[in-house]
Amino acid sequence: MSLIAAWGLTKRFGDFTAVDGIDFEVERGEVFGFLGPNGAGKSSTMRMIGCVSDPTGGALRILGMDPAREGTKIRSRLGVVPQQDNLDEELSVAENLYVYGRYFDLARSMLRTRIAELLEFVQLTERANDHVEPLSGGMKRRLTIARALISEPEVLLLDEPTTGLDPQARHVVWERLWTLKRQGVTQVLTTHYMDEAEQLCDRLVVMDRGKIVAEGSPRQLIERYSTREVVEVRTHGQVTVMAEALRRLGESPEAQASDELYERVEELPDRVLLYTDQGERLVALLGEVEHESVLVRRSTLEDVFLHLTGRSLVD
Amino acid sequence: MAPAAVVPSTRLAVEYWLLTYRRNWKGSLLTSFLSPILFLAAMGLGLGSLVDAEVGSGRDLGGLDYLDFLAPGLLAGNAMMLAVNESTYPVLGGFKWYRTYMAMASSPLRGRDILLGHFTYMAFRVTLASFVFLGVMAAFGSVSSPLAVLAPLCAALCGMAFATPTAAFVATRINADNFSTYTRFVIMPMFLFSGIFYPVSQLPIVLEQIAWLTPVWHGVRLCRALSTGSGMEWELIGHLAYLVALILIGTLIANRTFTRRLYE
Repeated sequence: MSLIAAWGLTKRFGDFTAVDGIDFEVERGEVFGFLGPNGAGKSSTMRMIGCVSDPTGGALRILGMDPAREGTKIRSRLGVVPQQDNLDEELSVAENLYVYGRYFDLARSMLRTRIAELLEFVQLTERANDHVEPLSGGMKRRLTIARALISEPEVLLLDEPTTGLDPQARHVVWERLWTLKRQGVTQVLTTHYMDEAEQLCDRLVVMDRGKIVAEGSPRQLIERYSTREVVEVRTHGQVTVMAEALRRLGESPEAQASDELYERVEELPDRVLLYTDQGERLVALLGEVEHESVLVRRSTLEDVFLHLTGRSLVD
Repeated sequence: MAPAAVVPSTRLAVEYWLLTYRRNWKGSLLTSFLSPILFLAAMGLGLGSLVDAEVGSGRDLGGLDYLDFLAPGLLAGNAMMLAVNESTYPVLGGFKWYRTYMAMASSPLRGRDILLGHFTYMAFRVTLASFVFLGVMAAFGSVSSPLAVLAPLCAALCGMAFATPTAAFVATRINADNFSTYTRFVIMPMFLFSGIFYPVSQLPIVLEQIAWLTPVWHGVRLCRALSTGSGMEWELIGHLAYLVALILIGTLIANRTFTRRLYE
């Protein structure tokens, strides 16, 4: 049985529908991601899974229980890393873990050993007695993760775990989350970073405007929603002119000779993207079109994401 | 696997507040000492010597010296001020700045544990400060009845009659914009017009009747009766009932506003 299951899960705030009837299941031991732009409904979904927000529609089961009736029991088996840190800045690093562990009614003696282990795990042992306030953003995030682990949760919920961190700090966090995954901790995370989703998630759903628009492993999503390769052609001149030339190229006799040369053309301010399964053949034919430089790369989750959720800002 | 059954309780939320109190108890106790000393010295002794000379320890103060009249009133007023402080910024902070409540909400603690945990801590703070106040009163020689040891508890009830509805209101606020208006134009007038510094019978009848409705007037009457040991047994029960009723109503409303804010 899946650890978390939702059917037609909906969250409305007045007239605004933040989560619009989504279905998903999370299996034990997997890392499951909600990927989507800001305002897609990821955090609202996480808050419902964390049993701090009642669904306005649909059904949700967490660890086989109904959050509306057994929120307390469910929460005692979850670990939550919120989007916005809510550590107590006036308490020390160790005290933050201690006091949070006490909310779970964990025995003081047990907490003492567990705090030492967790500080070791998130590499904050030397800072145990320091105040939280002067810690760096990465350290605070690691402390928040340690705090979420204090009750040895069965599911760890991470709402944008690395937003706002510098690259080094992000990699440290990812590496810790990997270790947890190897230990079999089920993780549910939200992110708007493609690399994060690709690195961490076994399976993910892409959300846009409250709905799930795609689901699968990062690999599957790329195969399904993008081509094998992307050819980026840059120009000094007019992008529209070059794009037109590239479209004509696609219709030329050489191009029509075998499989389709490319699936899609996308114009950006300084270059044109060609989504293709035949990068090399395409590049060989490019000589006929005036351009500055060419780059052939593999499709990434970012291509999938932008294809599914669009490039325009939704504010 | 984690222990399956966690029994959440208010006690666990109180532990958090006590841990923070351990960080600043010295400063907070010092304030609890200094503020009554300053007030009683300046107004009780300074102003009091004038009043006693003019009124002649008279009829209007129920036969009391001004210091003995003032001190128990200030005990109740002080509890009100402290309780209002504790239920404004720290409560909004729990939702917004420090997000303490939000951290608690993600644990097994329920909304009512979070709420009652903070209220319990507020009551503890106000009670402690009120006992310190009573100690200072005794040092000034303005305690004349053994029943006075109960006065700090009544002062704390008076404080909580303010803290609970105040916290209920604060839980509906996005920011602290109205807080100073509230202290200046709601709390301060009560401090000045509710029988702390002079009997409300000195006021025009309309203001006197308004004063009867304020929780602080009931607190002042209770504290004064207990510290001077002067009668009014039946009236005391009425005052107590009024304060307890306000605390219950305030807590019920706070439970609604807290729940709405925590789990929106």
